[in-house]
Amino acid sequence: MSTPFYVSPQQAMADRAEYARKGIARGRSLVVLQYADGIVFVGENPSRALHKFSEIYDRIGFAAAGKYNEYENLRIGGVRYADLRGYTYDRDDVTARGLANVYAQTLGTIFSSAAEKPYEVELVVAEVGETPEGDQIYRLPHDGSIVDEHGSVAVGGNAEQISGYLDQRHRDGMTLAQALKLAVQALSRDTNGSEREIPAERLEVAVLDRTRPQQRKFKRIVGQQLARLLEAEGASQEPAGEGPQGAGSEASSDGPDAPGSGGSKDEGASGPDDPGA
Amino acid sequence: MDFLSAHQPEMLPANRALPVVQGALEVPHGTTIVGVTYPGGVVLAGDRRATMGNVIAQRDVEKVFPADEYSAVAMAGVAGLGIEMVKLFQLELEHFEKVEGTTLSLEGKANRLSTMIRSNLSMAMQGLAVVPIFAGWDVDRGKGRIFTYDVTGGRSEEHGFAATGSGSVYARGAMKKLYRDDLTEEQVTTLVVQALYDAADDDSATGGPDMARRIFPLIAVIGEDGFRRLSEAESSEIARSVLERRLEQPDGPRAALL
Repeated sequence: MSTPFYVSPQQAMADRAEYARKGIARGRSLVVLQYADGIVFVGENPSRALHKFSEIYDRIGFAAAGKYNEYENLRIGGVRYADLRGYTYDRDDVTARGLANVYAQTLGTIFSSAAEKPYEVELVVAEVGETPEGDQIYRLPHDGSIVDEHGSVAVGGNAEQISGYLDQRHRDGMTLAQALKLAVQALSRDTNGSEREIPAERLEVAVLDRTRPQQRKFKRIVGQQLARLLEAEGASQEPAGEGPQGAGSEASSDGPDAPGSGGSKDEGASGPDDPGA
Repeated sequence: MDFLSAHQPEMLPANRALPVVQGALEVPHGTTIVGVTYPGGVVLAGDRRATMGNVIAQRDVEKVFPADEYSAVAMAGVAGLGIEMVKLFQLELEHFEKVEGTTLSLEGKANRLSTMIRSNLSMAMQGLAVVPIFAGWDVDRGKGRIFTYDVTGGRSEEHGFAATGSGSVYARGAMKKLYRDDLTEEQVTTLVVQALYDAADDDSATGGPDMARRIFPLIAVIGEDGFRRLSEAESSEIARSVLERRLEQPDGPRAALL
């Protein structure tokens, strides 16, 4: 029954960070990858109504891992921000950078405000450009920092291991089917290194497709179309897929170790040794 | 819209300070709009003229807009306010769709537009009226529907065809004689051009097809596949064939007497 009168700011922040990270780690991971014609969002989501991915504006998509009510709140805030901006000025004046800044401010304020509990969310804001060079992907961790990502990004519980896996295999100019296959492979790797099957109906897939004729580039891929894409790559990409996968199992096992030691101790806990995961 | 009115109410068209009116206010007015349903959906078309009193303010104004993927709105009346209203309407439909994850029903969209027109009533009383037609594909019922409005926001669903704007009387007369309920998309697009031609024939504020400048009526088709605006090549083709027939019969196709 001892109430501490003084908690050092370092300790307070570390506690809050750990709280947020643990909350995020409970959810399933999701990945965002660039491919030749745009950006693809892939995640495991048993619900069809509660989405992890969403359209924010013409070229901007949103992905979130963590607590649903908290990221839904942020998502609606983002849609409002974007729509108001686009109405006041012009549709071209809504950018992912601006949106990411607003999110960073919001998350940062909530994280450091003693009155509120930190949000247990990690966001990705992506904008598809006219060309692959124009694509922008921002990752926003729970504390309000912004990370400018290229190629591929993973957020959620097992993020470091998955992004290590993706970093080694992701290439520029992949087709949608190839990128989707890689994403599913990355997501099906469990924390202990074993693989499990994710059925198509548990996958949530969406794209920002720069070739789409409409102004709004965001599109969900569901049902028949998703099944076709998953099958198409199974047939044509099998030999190409085998190679990196075989070589990858080794590399990815030291993947989480290297950043884990330099990064947070929390990631270590959700790593291969954690029996609870 | 709710968010906008809470945070920046001055952005809403209805909340702007009214001008002090000294005589009639000369602003560009959009003129004739027509809409026709057919078994595969609905067609919405408008002429390209905007007038300011006796002056032609613009020859190639656009008065037919997509509201969302399955609906379109076309407006007659004060062009500036109308275009602003359409912009806000489009925004609201898109905003609802993104926040709720589902689209409004066609009735819901039509009601929403009704409220927006009503909020413009004080402006309408000063002569700045906006009168749109809303048309769309009803995904639930699987058919095209048309809604017309009056300046007070009164909404009524039209079966078959509808017209609004200064040339609407003539356009409606033409459509009354030409409309049948089993027309194809191709026939309906011809029908709306015929109706607009008749409106332009008798109403000085409505513009006919302008071959010299290559300005043709704007035609939008909304069906099961969503909104599609006819390309310039397509609408010029229709306008050309209508015009060619009119060279022989200036009053257009003749209906049977009995």
